[in-house]
Amino acid sequence: MKQKVSIIIAVALAMLMSLSLVQAQDNVIKIASQTPLSGPQSVLGVSMRNAVELAIEQLSGPIEELGFKIEFVPYDDEAKPDKGTSNANLIVADESILVVIGHLNSGVALPASEVYNGSNLAMISPANTNPNITDRGYPTVSRVCGRDDLQGPTGAEFANQLGVKSVYVLHDTTAYGEGVARFFRQRAEELGITVLGFEGTEETANFDSLIQPILALNPEMVYFGGIYSQMGIFLSQARAQGFDGLFMGPDGTDSSEFAQLAGEAGVGTYYTSVAGPANIYPNAAQFIEDYKEKFGEPPQPFAAQAYDATAIALLGLQSAIEEAGGKPTREQVAKAIRAVTDYEGLTGTITFDANGDPEIGLYYVLQVVSADPAEWSNNELLATLEIPSPLTAAAAKEE
Amino acid sequence: MSTTATVQDRPVAPKANTLELVQQSWIYRFLLFPIGQMLIFIAGATILLTVIAYAIAIAFPAPNPNIDLVTQINRQLPGMIISGVSIGFVYSMIALGYTLVYGVLQFINFAHSELFMVGSATGFVVMKALEDNGVLKEWNPILMILFMLVCAMTVSGILAMLMERIAYRPLRGAPRLVPLITAIGISFFLIDFVRAGFAITRNEFNLTYPVRSLEMFATPVRVAIGETTVNVRTTSIMIIISAVIMLVILNYIVNGTKLGRGIRAVAQDQTMSGLLGVNVNLMISLTFLIGGAFGGAAGMLFGMNVGTITPYVGFLPGLKAFTAAVLGGIGNITGALLGGLTIGIVEAFLNGVLVYYPALGQRYTDILTFSVLILILIFRPTGILGKRVDEKV
Repeated sequence: MKQKVSIIIAVALAMLMSLSLVQAQDNVIKIASQTPLSGPQSVLGVSMRNAVELAIEQLSGPIEELGFKIEFVPYDDEAKPDKGTSNANLIVADESILVVIGHLNSGVALPASEVYNGSNLAMISPANTNPNITDRGYPTVSRVCGRDDLQGPTGAEFANQLGVKSVYVLHDTTAYGEGVARFFRQRAEELGITVLGFEGTEETANFDSLIQPILALNPEMVYFGGIYSQMGIFLSQARAQGFDGLFMGPDGTDSSEFAQLAGEAGVGTYYTSVAGPANIYPNAAQFIEDYKEKFGEPPQPFAAQAYDATAIALLGLQSAIEEAGGKPTREQVAKAIRAVTDYEGLTGTITFDANGDPEIGLYYVLQVVSADPAEWSNNELLATLEIPSPLTAAAAKEE
Repeated sequence: MSTTATVQDRPVAPKANTLELVQQSWIYRFLLFPIGQMLIFIAGATILLTVIAYAIAIAFPAPNPNIDLVTQINRQLPGMIISGVSIGFVYSMIALGYTLVYGVLQFINFAHSELFMVGSATGFVVMKALEDNGVLKEWNPILMILFMLVCAMTVSGILAMLMERIAYRPLRGAPRLVPLITAIGISFFLIDFVRAGFAITRNEFNLTYPVRSLEMFATPVRVAIGETTVNVRTTSIMIIISAVIMLVILNYIVNGTKLGRGIRAVAQDQTMSGLLGVNVNLMISLTFLIGGAFGGAAGMLFGMNVGTITPYVGFLPGLKAFTAAVLGGIGNITGALLGGLTIGIVEAFLNGVLVYYPALGQRYTDILTFSVLILILIFRPTGILGKRVDEKV
């Protein structure tokens, strides 16, 4: 008896749902997000998803007035390229999804965006800094954050402002670390800073042999293009050997684990970043409050960027709907998103260049203030540099 | 006949002159001779490499116009020597484990590098526990180092004995490849066991010794030599002193005690020494205990020196130490010591000089170090001190 009732209910529900699906074809537009919602990086990924949800809730009013309903579908890419790509195939199969917000990891975004681009589906990235994300020139792929190849120069500019005359450049021999270090060296040489050495190391424990020549050369600053796990150990050994110059790294430094590894030696370390924590943005105060109220905890790094990415997606959708006079196609949405100009977001004013980079990227220089890992989020913001994207810079040069 | 030969390997001179009396004295045999040997070797190797370094500096000036290579080498010479000798002693202490085990069993214990890792992890646990109980700063640093050494040696030594009992003894009659594979398996097991252990208990992968919170280790000792001041790390000095003391003790155990005589007997001929009343299994266990304890001590000293270790820390020093054991002549204890020092010092000098040539850089250090190894082995296939041993019947 019970079974029969439940079957009837199930059938009725299924009919209702299919009815609503038929209706949905016309006036429901879906925005998907793809971030790691499980695994070690889920702290960032969940916060990004939450920010997308908050942005849709707060900003989808104008589109609803046009007669459309915005639905949010979060996906979990687990920070894995294969998972992200198989999700991407599911996403492009759902006709009503018109925009994707994601990913956290460049390694996931690169293959997944190939799938999106194949179906003309627009993707806005809040966090992917690898130059290749936009350098492929896909009309569908845009980002609201900065690029790795402009981070190195940012560090060099700041070192120059500090009056540094000589620098020793280290890197971890990875594409990321060596890349950033090369761009740092190039800009530093252009600015007239003496580069005393450029050395890669895969060492993870004993840096004695690297420290000896550095001590002998006595540079005013050491720049290390790499990740905190190597840099923290290097720095603590260098200080124990008597190195008392300045130390700087790229956003690979940006983890409280750095403070844990370097301890007191790490205090005063400078690092550059493409995406600061939400509390450094003057426009984000209201966002932080709303976020805390809705989710009961402060937003993580990249949450404000995810909010901005969603806001731009909604603006693009709105103008695409107005232009098409009904439900727009994916191509129209992608085009409209790229056309959004001077969007005043939480993290700055964003206009995309032809490749999808923000025309003017914001790059931050921060300084470690405490050896206590718990104090990491209080690191001091020292400078914000506005650097044009490669395309914008090239255009300016031609003029 | 053979009994007397085994027991009486200390020659007794009927009429001794003063020189022979000195040579027979305990102080000479177990203190002056081994330490003198190390000093002469270190001095010789350093002088040779220093000359080579200056020759390179003069022959190939650094491509960077801002750098005068000779001045650079002047400045970093003392630092290079100290770091080379200290890491060389670490390699030596690990190499001893390989060589001792090879000596008695003719088998390479590839899990030995994990005994080194376990030693450094034990050192971390002990030091962290001292810090958590708030007594780290109150303890006398020398007492603390001794305590940590004893803990690391005990844990690694007992682990080595267990390893032998559980994994190698049942396979003693098996073909030689079989225990080799087992050793690699144990190596993986230990790495993952330690990794999982720290992940569960502390949720940490990088294990940071609280060594920088001690004033004594946080700042280097500044020694002025002429115009340049040299920063000497107390941890490097600590490695050198502890290693010398331990090596002297090992020399005494192997060459001056009944236990050592037993180990040497088993190394020469297992069956025969068994027949003559030596407890072979006990001697093999003790060999593993000594080798493991040295590996553990090396791990703990290395950990204090570098500050942060991971469960994967054993791989590279283990590989270099194995190389050192082969270089010195595997099975030969003095050979392991000299091999370790050679690799450490050569590496330090190569690192110090190569860094000034952008086309090469420090990444070529290992290639050149191993070229030295190959060269030596071409001319002396059994290693520096190895003897050509005929196949035992």
